[in-house]
Amino acid sequence: MRPISYSRVSDVGTAIGTVAADPHSAFLAGGTNQVDLLRIYVEQPRRLVDINDLPLKQVEELPGGGLRLGGLARMSDVAEHPTVRRRYPMVTESLLLGASPQLRHMASVAGNLMQRVRCTYFRDTEAPCNKRAPGTGCSAMEGVNRGHAVLGTSECCIATHPSDLGVALMALDAVVQTEGPAGQRSIPIDDFYLLPGRTPEREHPLTHGELVTGIDLPPLPVAARSRYIKIRDRESYEFALVAVAVAMSVAGGRIAEIRLALGGVATKPWRARAAERELDGAPATPESFTRAAEAEMAGATPHGMNAFKIELGKRTIVRALTEMAEREGSA
Amino acid sequence: MSPAIGATLNRVDGRYKVRGESRYSAEVPVPNLAHAVVVNAKVASGRITSIDTSEAERATGVLAVLTHRNLGRVANVPRLLPSLAGLAAPGQTFFPMQDETVHYGGQPVAIVVADTIERADHAGTLIRFEYETTPATTLLDQARDRAYVPERIFGGLLPGQGSRGDVAKALAEAEVCVDATYRFAPNHHNPIEMSASTAIWDDVDRLTIYDSTQGPNAVQLTVAELLGLPPISIRVVSHAVGGSFGSKAMVWHHPTLAALAARHVGRPVRLVLTREQMFTSCGHREEQEQRITVGARADGRITALRHHKISLTSPFDDWAEPSLQSAAVAYLNPNYEGVYHLVRGNTITPTFMRAPGEATGMFALECAMDELAERVGIDPLELRMRNYSDTDPESGKPWSSSGLRECLQRAAELFGWHDRDPRPGSRREGQWLIGTGLASALYPVTQPVNPQRAKARIYNDGTAVVEAGVSEFGTGVFTAMTQVAADALGLPVERVRFVGGSSNLPNITAAVGSAGTSAVGSAVHVTACELRDQLIRRAVGDDHSPLHGADPARVEVRDGKMVLADHPDVGETYSDLLHRTMTPDVEVLGTWNPPPQDAGYGIHTFGAQMAEVAVDAELGVVRVRRMVGVFAPGRVLNRKLAHSQLMGGMLWGLGQALMEATRMDPRLGRWANASLADYLVPVNADAPDVVVDTVEMRDDVVNPIGIKGVGEIGVVGAAAAIANAVHHATGRRCYELPITLEKLL
Ligand SMILES: Cc1cc2nc3c(=O)[nH]c(=O)nc-3n(C[C@H](O)[C@H](O)[C@H](O)COP(=O)(O)OP(=O)(O)OC[C@H]3O[C@@H](n4cnc5c(N)ncnc54)[C@H](O)[C@@H]3O)c2cc1C
Ligand code: SF4
Repeated sequence: MRPISYSRVSDVGTAIGTVAADPHSAFLAGGTNQVDLLRIYVEQPRRLVDINDLPLKQVEELPGGGLRLGGLARMSDVAEHPTVRRRYPMVTESLLLGASPQLRHMASVAGNLMQRVRCTYFRDTEAPCNKRAPGTGCSAMEGVNRGHAVLGTSECCIATHPSDLGVALMALDAVVQTEGPAGQRSIPIDDFYLLPGRTPEREHPLTHGELVTGIDLPPLPVAARSRYIKIRDRESYEFALVAVAVAMSVAGGRIAEIRLALGGVATKPWRARAAERELDGAPATPESFTRAAEAEMAGATPHGMNAFKIELGKRTIVRALTEMAEREGSA
Repeated sequence: MSPAIGATLNRVDGRYKVRGESRYSAEVPVPNLAHAVVVNAKVASGRITSIDTSEAERATGVLAVLTHRNLGRVANVPRLLPSLAGLAAPGQTFFPMQDETVHYGGQPVAIVVADTIERADHAGTLIRFEYETTPATTLLDQARDRAYVPERIFGGLLPGQGSRGDVAKALAEAEVCVDATYRFAPNHHNPIEMSASTAIWDDVDRLTIYDSTQGPNAVQLTVAELLGLPPISIRVVSHAVGGSFGSKAMVWHHPTLAALAARHVGRPVRLVLTREQMFTSCGHREEQEQRITVGARADGRITALRHHKISLTSPFDDWAEPSLQSAAVAYLNPNYEGVYHLVRGNTITPTFMRAPGEATGMFALECAMDELAERVGIDPLELRMRNYSDTDPESGKPWSSSGLRECLQRAAELFGWHDRDPRPGSRREGQWLIGTGLASALYPVTQPVNPQRAKARIYNDGTAVVEAGVSEFGTGVFTAMTQVAADALGLPVERVRFVGGSSNLPNITAAVGSAGTSAVGSAVHVTACELRDQLIRRAVGDDHSPLHGADPARVEVRDGKMVLADHPDVGETYSDLLHRTMTPDVEVLGTWNPPPQDAGYGIHTFGAQMAEVAVDAELGVVRVRRMVGVFAPGRVLNRKLAHSQLMGGMLWGLGQALMEATRMDPRLGRWANASLADYLVPVNADAPDVVVDTVEMRDDVVNPIGIKGVGEIGVVGAAAAIANAVHHATGRRCYELPITLEKLL
């Protein structure tokens, strides 16, 4: 491990000021991703600013019926929060299906959104990787890429965004609250994640030293009827091959409201807008679901080992919608 | 006093483990300790053209940077020989850092020694290497055309091919023929404890190594030969080992490198491999392909079996795990041909991995048997029964004990096999297709080739200590040995202590190939019996003893008291005898001479596996719902230990079937998933309901305590039972492991 300096701060201003002042510094939250990458020399900060004492751990009601998750709230605390469970079950499920209990006790929700990709070449400092070392090439394109993305890819990078929580937030149109040297900002979640394009090293619009202070979940009655399903090679403790976050209401046999997002298949938590367009107002039938799945995956690009994700993605979408519709039907 | 053998005794080291008090090799406190970190080649083939160590040398805390330029030459690399032999046992016949050539990705090219491990690790990243690379072979498919049939494999222990009868003719005449090719991804052991060595020189010719190993003596002999020192100069200690599964069966480079580094810096040095290095430093189960052709009559009776394997080995050694041994003798079959084909590639020499050989070889056979059953329209269980052989089909000799039929029958009862509808895809529960499958399990019993020794000492308070070199790497051998010694001495287990884990103790071959417990157990038994008999002889020869003049053969020991078998009220305790004769203790060194390999019997362990799976009809996800394994491992020393070993083996088989695969990136010549986040093994949530049972078959041939071992047999057949169940559920046969969901979409 490189020599680093470490300090612990207790107020937001100092945290931002300290990191902003040193281009080689970074925030340290739960450390479950940061320390891991530090040990393998992928992240190379010289200074770590520990933000775990900042008063950003609450889950609070917002005026108007939304909910604010403090940036440093632990994954496990948010998952178990009764209001989150009741109003946004997909958030709870996305959290509980991620990582392991030990990690969830350590990890913060802001850290979860900010976690780096799991691409094996990104983690191997000797391998070409445009995200880690811009311009060196993408080893995954023709390499071991079974876990890689089929949506939102570019010729520069095909790494899947690993966050499960991010997928649920994308379906909900959550808003990321930040504070930086230039003041406070509210960033819609869709804008918070950047597509790799020609600059895969840039994943977020944040400036150096900008802190994620909270995540706002909008008031959204349909979210109470939502779920998150995650398909993977083992039952627990693994990232998604395909994940689907869905919130849906059905009225008179037709889909009244639909929110659909995908994980495990795209370079950012993926709002399935093409599928939503097909589904909006359509009969809640297997045919509609299949059509929607086809529409969403029409733009997918396979890369060798991950080609199966296109078919698996479609089938998982259909599965999620079918189960939601059955639940709605019986409700 | 009821016998300790067969009891469900808790592990004698259990409380130390759960309290975190067991001392692993990387935890032994040593004053003035320095830390070594190995730097590995990032290319798979080529030559180092320049090394710049200057920045690393200047880094804070660095004591030395060693490369092939200043490490010094090793004296002699011993020949490759499985540690079962009890001699030096290097994992491969290549020793790194002797010249500038790179033979495989991950080969050690430098060592940094520093005052802390973090500083050593960081300095390692500051060394600048330049390589001239040459094309590398890292996948079987890159070099099939260069395959050859080796003279011998497996460190010279087995021939590269074997046959009996006339296979070609029998296959041509067969009424039914199943011809299938199975592919296996490479697998890595991934024990929870990474290999570690702590080397301490007390003098130029006095070296102590704390090493995580399955065989302290093998480490002692191997390092001695490499360093050009006599074995008396080296002591190897292994207090506790956090799992091995074969990764610590052979002696890899790190203990020697730690010793060389310690000598160089003049301080004790600790070298701990990283998780990533565990993928390139202690062997693996090689990438392989097996083709099986089974010829049979219309009634399912096998007439011929052809079994070929092709696998990747290193540039140095003809290594193939012995996949053909058990399949060759599992069923009555007069015509047989088995051939190993090897391809040299840029890899470390592969090695033993739990159920070496049989995990793959029996997978191939038992899947082919399932296909045969389908083709001839016979229940898979009945097909096995019909082909049962009560002699070793290769030698024609009787089995020392079998139990295959009993295991299959018992498993069928426990599992409810007989209600099965044989049609694939016939059972559906909602989205899940349900299927069941079975497989026979066989694992050869390998006898150690050299005498096995142990030492037993009884004190005049009636407590006894029994010692042998064997290390405790998680199997519970110290507990089982306490039981064996207690019964032989006629003492309760609380009054017996077993001490192992050091090369200073009487020599026991490395505990490999399921032979560990039988080798050390036989030595302990023989030794403890010898001590008991000596004490009885003393008593009957002593005029002050109540047993004076008795026939020693009619004296037995109960709860530490030597008594006349037919007058148990007449006798005295060991303690009485020793106190009276003013003897502080009595000690014996005992030797067990293993029977020769061809003792007139075929010796194998048998078992049966059954599995029920649920396959998501649309998404391809496979979940194993329940497993039943019944085994005939000879005598069971400790039910709890045996149960854990067998269940662990079955879950290991589940991992082999559904998850475990190391992926090579042939462009980089390196593993692409060398971490526990990317190399998947089953987690608790994957573990189904597992039922384990044993059928105790008496075996007086195999060894004096009648045990065959439980370490590997639990693995064998588990993956085949699952694959066969997947076929039963879906109608699809999977010819490639692991069976990941895309193969079932
Ligand atoms: C084995 C394993 C399995 C996992 N499985 C899953 C899974 O299945 N699903 C899933 O979603 N995740 C998974 N994770 C990822 C895990 O959820 C993340 O590591 C965790 O959420 C990161 O949170 P942290 O607080 O530890 O962040 P840290 O590691 O402390 O930080 C991560 C990054 O975020 C930055 N950062 C942290 N907080 C802030 C802030 N408030 N403002 C701005 N920047 C910040 C840090 O500087 C750093 O760059 C897994 C992780 C591991 C190790
Ligand atoms: S996919 Fe992205 S992260 Fe992975 S190697 Fe390519 S550029 Fe790097």
